[in-house]
Amino acid sequence: MIAVLTRDLKLAIRSGGGFGLGLAFFLLIAVLTPLAVGAQSDLHARMAPGILWLGALLSCLLSLDRIFALDYEDGSLELLATSPVPMEGLVAMKSLAHWIVTGLPLTLLAPVLGIILALPAEGYFWLVVSLALGTPALSLIGAFGAALTVGLKRGGLLLSLLVLPLYVPTLIFGAEAVRAGTSGQPATTALMFLAAISAGSAALLPFASAYALRINLR
Amino acid sequence: MHLSGRFLPWVAAIAAITLVAGLFWGFFLTPDDYRQGSTVKIIYLHVPTALMAINGWFMMLVASLIWLIRRHHVSALVAKAAAPVGMTMTLIALATGAIWGEPMWGTWWAWDPRLTSFLILFLFYLGYQALWHAIDDPDTAADLTSVLCIVGSVFALLSRYAVLFWNQGLHQGASLSLDSQQHVDNVFWVPLVICMCGFGLAFLALVLVRTRTEIRSRRLQALLLRERMA
Repeated sequence: MIAVLTRDLKLAIRSGGGFGLGLAFFLLIAVLTPLAVGAQSDLHARMAPGILWLGALLSCLLSLDRIFALDYEDGSLELLATSPVPMEGLVAMKSLAHWIVTGLPLTLLAPVLGIILALPAEGYFWLVVSLALGTPALSLIGAFGAALTVGLKRGGLLLSLLVLPLYVPTLIFGAEAVRAGTSGQPATTALMFLAAISAGSAALLPFASAYALRINLR
Repeated sequence: MHLSGRFLPWVAAIAAITLVAGLFWGFFLTPDDYRQGSTVKIIYLHVPTALMAINGWFMMLVASLIWLIRRHHVSALVAKAAAPVGMTMTLIALATGAIWGEPMWGTWWAWDPRLTSFLILFLFYLGYQALWHAIDDPDTAADLTSVLCIVGSVFALLSRYAVLFWNQGLHQGASLSLDSQQHVDNVFWVPLVICMCGFGLAFLALVLVRTRTEIRSRRLQALLLRERMA
């Protein structure tokens, strides 16, 4: 399982593309939104938690189809499926690799983008904590969507239609935590829900994803 | 197939009768509300369709579970047949709610928890059907949509409570629950229950028709395949 993880990480970093692309997309959203809504910085300050969470969501979505599609095309997914590693563990490791490549850098980059969106000083801590707790759920849910659509020729658009509704609770609790934290209200309830979604997804979704993958490899 | 063929005209007929009776009673024979006027009568469309929108998803969930556990082909087709009907019910509930909300709340749409969760339910229906249409092999499609339906149910429920956390609502609480102390007067209650039965039966009839169509198209495909082989 560790071998799968290191292999995926190496592939993601060395093949270029996916690794930096998501981050660049995240940066673009944070730059384009102020251009779209006008230059008042008080407005940006109020919208910053939502924009940053939405940006994280979309840039995560961007790289989802790479989780399984490349391995499916060159046949290595079938080899992995016949290996002694259980499919559930494989899915979990691939989700983890996806999180390390997209979710973790997003979390680290978010405070920088908070500055250009005039996020108030109290918000940074909550932003990083909420993204750190919430992005694993994004990767896990996304891996499920990718497993469902892996056999399809043009699954990209369908993938976003399937995955975005599933992202709703994560988005609500994540943005709510930052908003509450920024305005000085207690944010721990939302953070606990967020952590619960991540933990629950980590425990259960690999089984659903593995089931879907087995069907697609049939 | 035989049994459903015999039941279908009856279900459809009773559905039509109860719908006409309930809606006629509701629209013409109940008094206007003293504050809301005649706009209150949209409740006879809004509440039953909203009820069926949720029950439709629940029905898909049960059918999906039966398919995954017992591999009964008809249950997969029932789930497939129920999705567009349920989605239409969701749309009607949203539209009637907007039409009622404009004079009463002064707005077509508010980001109220109930409204938002219904919109999210609509998106779930949309994704579910899109997945059915995207996959060619019927068994694979049935398997994958079933898994999506189960996972989606969990997340739909989660979204329902997440939006409660997110925003306080404009929508009134349920006035019809069986155990509550106070609910609407019997003058409104009786035709409303008739309408709910009518919409339930109409839902059933539509799902039966659609399922029978699906079964026939499967048989037709099997026949065509056999022709080609011979």
